Parts: sequence; structure tokens; C-alpha cells
Amino acid sequence: MSGTTHNLKRMYRFDLTTRLVAKLKQEEAVIGGIGHSNFDLWAAGHRPQNFYMLGSMGLAIPIAMGVALAQPARKTFALEGDGSLLMELGCLTTVATQAPKNLIIILFDNGIYQITGGQPTPGAGADYVAIARACGLATAAWAANEAEFERMLDNALATDGPHFIGCKLDAQGPKAQTERDPAQIRDRFMRGMGTKKNRTLG
Amino acid sequence: MTQSLPPWHEIVLNVFKVNEVKLITYVPDNVLKPLIQALHADPYFTCFPTAREEEAVGILSGAWMAGLRGMLLMQTSGFATLPNVLASLPCAFQIPVMMMISERGTLGEFNVGQAAVCRTMRPILDSLAMEHHTVSRLDECEMIVDRTIRQAIMTQAPAALILSPLLTGGKVVAR
Repeated sequence: MSGTTHNLKRMYRFDLTTRLVAKLKQEEAVIGGIGHSNFDLWAAGHRPQNFYMLGSMGLAIPIAMGVALAQPARKTFALEGDGSLLMELGCLTTVATQAPKNLIIILFDNGIYQITGGQPTPGAGADYVAIARACGLATAAWAANEAEFERMLDNALATDGPHFIGCKLDAQGPKAQTERDPAQIRDRFMRGMGTKKNRTLG
Repeated sequence: MTQSLPPWHEIVLNVFKVNEVKLITYVPDNVLKPLIQALHADPYFTCFPTAREEEAVGILSGAWMAGLRGMLLMQTSGFATLPNVLASLPCAFQIPVMMMISERGTLGEFNVGQAAVCRTMRPILDSLAMEHHTVSRLDECEMIVDRTIRQAIMTQAPAALILSPLLTGGKVVAR
């Protein structure tokens, strides 16, 4: 684990997302943030415990925190981009103060708004792990490469959080595009969370 | 008749309990202070502030989908920061995010900014087709708050309760 951005490998978001999904054996919840963060979650293989956020840029971490508070026994992941985090940086202070033990934040940092044409974010030189630590998330760290990302995931799944894992991304685009049907996404997610149990018709 | 009724914040707190509204997120407001204090003091509730109102909409959306009901407390100017996330999260996904707004900007407002932003609140709620009610009388408080919460849950639709200075006394400056 690294506390600085020096010598971090730039990794492929779809590959990292696939490695994450492969480790999920306990019906863990995963909230995919706006745009390519949730596109690659969808592409990695749909699970009923996935929620794909289609608007409300910046709210993947708060949504995941709400899930984590409602179901303390279920590990809950937020997949958020750096541009999105900049929209709602203050949420890191809320996470640190409330400290839900089952919340794991994965930050995908490519330094750009990839979905709108690759414009740099205003925070292209910012160290989001340092920001997370300064907000009170003491164990926040960068993953130096894929193997370390997997070790950090294993640790996050096995220990109390909240955890914050930063990943530097390469420039590759998303593998697929999420089906945009919000009511269906919500309904499937609630069944995945066990909060809606009646049979679906048809 | 109204002399025998408890203050508005006690009525509201009890209606939250009756409807199992347990998670309270807020960005503080002077008028809401007695309610916020009572919610913090009651172990039935999980009650905490967020940095922005948008963040609270996200938290309440996730919590509801995972089985925990909540309410966002804020003032008028805070509501005005919300149209994008309301349109794209609770409205689009059919999630009953419930909001209680202390109405600033009217009936003796001293801050011109609050007066201006207050005029945007109901048009925003109307244009999002969101159910909203203004509570102005103590004897109507329980029914309006209770029925609005119940309808939001049953219809899976976000809703807003506006607390008028007629109910709360509002925030005033000394003469």
C-alpha cells in the first residue's frame, strides 16, 4: 500500500472491477457511480446487489453509506470517480465521523472527465488518498498495482472499515454501457438487498 | 383547543416514530433546533449532519432501498441546492426520499437572499411533480406529516413537508 502517488501503476478500470466482483461471495452491495464507474460494473456481470447510479453525480459514496447504515452486516462498496468525488468531497468527512464499519470506498482516479471527452478535472494533481486521510479515514491508501489492489480488497472484506482504496487508471474506456432503466435497477437492487420479496409477474 | 396540543417538534418526533422513520440527516437550521436536539437525545433515532443537502439525499436513498426509512431536515436555501439530484435519483428511481424544510424567506424575513430563494421552492417542487404540503397550523401538523410520510412510502415517491413560520414562529430579528 502506498501513501503517495509516486510510481503508482495506471490500471484498467474494467479489469479492476472484474477482480472486485470475483471476490464477492457474501452478496455484498456495490454502488456504481455516474458514468463509466457503473458501466464497467455492469460489464463485469450483473448481480442483484449492484446499483447503477445514472445521475446525481457525486452521490455514489452517500448512497453506499445509506445502504451500509441500513444493513450493518453487509459489506457495501462505493465505486466513485475522481471527478465525481470532487462534486461531493464533504461526504468523506461524514463517512469518517459516522464510520460505518462495513463501508468500502474505491476511488477510480484517471484525472479526467472521460465520459465528456477527456477534459482534465480541476484536481488533476490532487492526492485523493491524502484528502481522505485528512478527513479522518486513517487507513486510506493507494493500490500500487493489481496484485496490491486484490490484497487491499481481501483486507477490506476481512476487517472493519470504513476503508478507502485509491486506484490510478489508464485511459481505456468502458467495456459496455449500462441499461438505463432506473425503476428496474432500483427494484432489482431492493430484491438483492432482501427488502422487496414479492414475486415478479411474467 | 390548540393550547392542549404539544409543540410542533414533539408532534413531528412522535409521527416519525409511528412511521418508523429512524434515520435523520440534516443541515442545521435555527428553527429546527428543538427538533434536532430532541432527535439527538432519543436513542430510537440515528441522527447526524451532512456537509451538503445533496449528500443527505444520497444517504436516504441508499438507506431506504436497504430497508431503513429516513427524513432530511434543512432550510429553504438548502432545498434550492437539490433539483438535479432530486430529478435524477429519487424521482427517476422512484425512491421515497422525505424532506422537511423550515421555511425561510417569508413573513418577516430579514435576509434578501433567503427571500429570493424562497420563491423558487414551490415552483421547483411543482415542476418535479413532487408531493408537497405546507404545515401552518398546530392542529393540522400530525395529520399532514403522518399522511405525507405514509403516501410517500406507499407510492414510492419523494415528498416535501414545508414548515411555515405560522407553525414554528420562524426566525425573526429583534425590533
